[in-house]
Amino acid sequence: MSGMITSPSPDASTAASRPEPQEHQERQERRERQAEVTGALGAILPSRSILFRHEDTVAYECDALTAYRTPPLVVVLPETEAQVAAILALCHRMGVPVVSRGAGTGLSGGATPHRDGVILSLAKFDKILKIDAAACTAVVQCGVRNVAISEAAAPYGLYYAPDPSSQIACTIGGNVAENSGGVHCLKYGLTLHNVLRVRGFMADGEPVEFGSEALDAAGLDLISIVVGSEGMLAVTVEVTVKLTPKPQLARCIMASFDDIESAGAAVASVIARGIIPAGLELMDKAMTAAVERFVRADYDLNAAAILLCESDGTPEEVAEEIARMEQVLSEAGASRLEVSRDEAQRLKFWSGRKNAFPASGGISADYMCMDSTIPRKRLAEMLRAIQQMEIQYGLRCVNVFHAGDGNLHPLILFDAEDADELRRCELFGADILETSVRLGGTVTGEHGVGVEKLNSMCVQFSPEERSQFQAVKHAFDPLGLLNPGKVIPTLHRCAEYGKMHVHRGMLPFPELPRF
Amino acid sequence: MDQQDPALGRLIDQVRHARNDRRALDIRGGGTKVFYGGQPTGEPLDVTGLSGVSSYEPTELVVTVRAGTKLSELEALLAEQGQCLPFEPPRFAPGGTVGGMVAAGLAGPARANVGGVRDHLLGVTLLNGRGEVLSFGGQVAKNVAGYDVSRLMAGSLGILGVLCEVSLKVLPANRATATLAFDWDESRSLEQLKLWASQPLSINASSWHHGRLYVRLAGAASAVHAARVKLGGDVPAHGEAEAMWLRLRDHGEDFFLPDASALAGGDRLWRLSVPAASASVKLPGDQWIEWHGAQRWWRTTAAAPEVRDAAGRAGGHATLMRGADRSDGVFAPVSDVLMRIHRGLKQAFDPACIFNPGRLYAEL
Repeated sequence: MSGMITSPSPDASTAASRPEPQEHQERQERRERQAEVTGALGAILPSRSILFRHEDTVAYECDALTAYRTPPLVVVLPETEAQVAAILALCHRMGVPVVSRGAGTGLSGGATPHRDGVILSLAKFDKILKIDAAACTAVVQCGVRNVAISEAAAPYGLYYAPDPSSQIACTIGGNVAENSGGVHCLKYGLTLHNVLRVRGFMADGEPVEFGSEALDAAGLDLISIVVGSEGMLAVTVEVTVKLTPKPQLARCIMASFDDIESAGAAVASVIARGIIPAGLELMDKAMTAAVERFVRADYDLNAAAILLCESDGTPEEVAEEIARMEQVLSEAGASRLEVSRDEAQRLKFWSGRKNAFPASGGISADYMCMDSTIPRKRLAEMLRAIQQMEIQYGLRCVNVFHAGDGNLHPLILFDAEDADELRRCELFGADILETSVRLGGTVTGEHGVGVEKLNSMCVQFSPEERSQFQAVKHAFDPLGLLNPGKVIPTLHRCAEYGKMHVHRGMLPFPELPRF
Repeated sequence: MDQQDPALGRLIDQVRHARNDRRALDIRGGGTKVFYGGQPTGEPLDVTGLSGVSSYEPTELVVTVRAGTKLSELEALLAEQGQCLPFEPPRFAPGGTVGGMVAAGLAGPARANVGGVRDHLLGVTLLNGRGEVLSFGGQVAKNVAGYDVSRLMAGSLGILGVLCEVSLKVLPANRATATLAFDWDESRSLEQLKLWASQPLSINASSWHHGRLYVRLAGAASAVHAARVKLGGDVPAHGEAEAMWLRLRDHGEDFFLPDASALAGGDRLWRLSVPAASASVKLPGDQWIEWHGAQRWWRTTAAAPEVRDAAGRAGGHATLMRGADRSDGVFAPVSDVLMRIHRGLKQAFDPACIFNPGRLYAEL
C-alpha cells in the first residue's frame, strides 16, 4: 500500500480533539445542514444522483493523496449540463462550497472534499463528442480519460500528446485543472499547449467559454489562467483538444553512467547541442534496482544512473537524431549505450520508467512522491543534497526525474505506521521543496499544490504575491465557493508555518533524532 | 529581479504617485506598436531604462531579460548560441522592446506550428497598480505553483501592470529550412494545407496571397529533404524566400498598410483569427492567409460589423490591426460573463485603473 503524506493536517480533520458536548452539537448542526442541502438538491436531481450516507460517500473522502481524508457533506453525480448549472446555482445561493472531481488520481489533494461542501463528480461526462481529423481537434466531455482520446484518434494517425503517468485513468477535466505534463512534454508541451477551448460554468452556474477553436480568442488570454487553476476558478464540462500527427517512428537510447554527476551533465550536453528529445528521463541506481525487480526491463543494474533518451519523427529524422544523441552521450561519458531495435524493445525500456511509482510501493510500506522542478544545470547538485538528506533524516530516497525539463520525482521511502518516520519524512520532503526554490526552481512541476503543498507556497511566494493570487480568485469566484482552501495558503497559515521554522532552527543539536 | 535597482525605483514612484492622484499612465517601450489597440492616453511611463539580459544559459533553454531590452538585441544574443524565439515576434519598426512584444502578444509565420508568445512565457516580474513588485512563474518550463499569472500578461496590452522582467523559453534554431511555392487558388490551397496538417511533415509556416501559396519546411535536414520530395512545387531562391518570410513577419508588404499615408484611402487592415479548417471567408477587398488558414488578413473598406460577423460565422474573431478610424473598437467584444471576469481582473491588478486605460477595451 502506498500512501503519500506530508505536512501538518488541513484544518478540517481536527474535530476529534474537541470537547464532547461541542462535538455533539456540531454533529447535530452538520446533520441538519446535510438534510437542508440534500433536500434542496433533491428538487433538481434524481435521487440516484445524490449520495450522502457514509457508506456511499466514503470512496470520495480522498483522491490519490490518501493521507488526507475528509467526509464530504454530499456527493452529487449530475448527468446533464443543465444539472451541473442548477447544482452550482443552488450551492451559490446557499453558500455551499463545491469541489469538482474527475477520476480522483491527483497526487496533491486537489479533490480532497470540503467538510461543509459538495463533491461535484463529473464522472458521467464521459463522451467523446467529435474527432475532427481534418482540423486535428477532438471535442470531448471532461470525464473522458486521457488515453481514450488517443485511442479514438488512432485510426486517423493522430493522438493527444500530453501523457501523464496516470493516463489510463485520469480524465481530461482533471488534466485541465492541473495543467498535467508527462514524459513527452519537453517536445510536445503541457496540457495548456494542447488545449484550444474549455467550456463550463462559473461558480454561480453561468455558462462560460474560454479560448476558441481558432489559435487565440479576443481579450485577455483567460484560458491560460484557467488551465492549471485546480478547479478554483470555474467548472470544466467540455474541452476541445489539439491532436498531433503520430510520428512515423520512435526510438529510444538507454545510456548508463558510472556517476550521477556525469548523467546530469549529459542532460545539459544533449540540450546544448540543439537537440530536443521526445523524452529525456533519468533514474538513479536504487530506482533502477526497484523497477527491474518489478518489470524486468533489462536495465543496467551496475550503473549509478541511467538515462532514457528518445527521438521521434520521420525515419530519416530519427536516424539523424539518434546518431547525434549517441555521439553526445558517449562524449559525456556514458559507460554503455543501447538503442531500441524495435517498438517492443522501446516499450520495454519505458516500462520500467512508467512503473517507477508502483515499483517503489514494492520495496517500501509507503512512499512520498515529491514533484519540484529545478534548472537542469542544478540536477547533480540536487542529487547530492538529497543524498545528504537521506543521512540527515535517516530515510531512503529513490529518484526518477523528467530530466529534460528539470522536473524531479524523488520518492521518499518510509513506514506510515511509525510516527517518527512519518515526521522525518515530512521534514525531508519540505527540505527538498525548499532546496528546489533556493536553486531557482518551483515546489510543484506538474502535480499541483492542492492541500499538500500549501505550506511550501509560503516559501515560494511573498505575502503580496499570495494576496494577488487571492484577488485573481475573487475576480472569478467572488464568494470563494469553488474548491476553497486549496492552492493559495492564507496569510495566517504562512505565519504559523514561518514560526514553526524559526522554532526548529533554534533547537539545540538539530542533528539528533527526536521522538 | 533586484528591487533596489534605481530604474525600477523610479517606476515604482511614478506608479504610486499616479495611483494616489488617479492619473492614467501610458506604458511605453519602443513605441513601435502605438497603432495597435485603443488610442494611448495618459502620462508616458518609460520602461526603456529597465534594460539588459539578467541571465541566459543556453543549456537551460531559458533567457531572463528586463522588459525594456530591445527585441533585436535579444534575438542577436540568442542567434550567437544557435537559438531563437521560435514564435517569430514581428518587428514593425526598429526599437521594439521585449516587454512590448509580450504585452502585444503577436507572433509571426511559425505560430501555428510552434505556439505563440504565451506558450513561451515562463515567468514575469510585474509592477502592479498598488506599486508592488511581484514575480510569477519562474525560469523552468514545468511549474504549476499558483495560478499562471505570467501567461495572462501575453496580449494584455499593459492593462494589468508594468512588465519589469520576463523569462522566455527559447529553442535551438532550425537546422534546415526550405520554401516551396505553388500556383493555387484560395480553396485549393486551404484544402491542401488541411490535408498536410494532419500528417507528420515538417511544415512550419504557410502564406497565400494572389493565387500563390508558399510553404516553409523546417527541422532536421533529412526530414526537410523528405518532405520536399513528397510535396513537390517550385523552389524559390533561398535568400529570396528568407526575405519574403521576414517581410511577412514584419508587415513590410504594402498590403499591410505599413505607412500612415496608405490609410488615407479608407482601407483598414483586419486580422481574422479563425479555425484553420474553416471555409473561405468572403469580404470585399484583398486577402492574405497565414497559419495554414488560421490567420486571415483582410484589407478592406467593409464596416466593422460586417468584418466581425464574417469572422464570427467562421468560429473566430476579428481585430482591427491598422486603420485611421478606431472608433468601432479594436478587439472583438467578449460575452458578458467574460467581460465581468475582465473587469474583476482589472480591479485585482490595477484597482485605481491607471494602466493603459482603453487600450484593450474602452471600459477597462
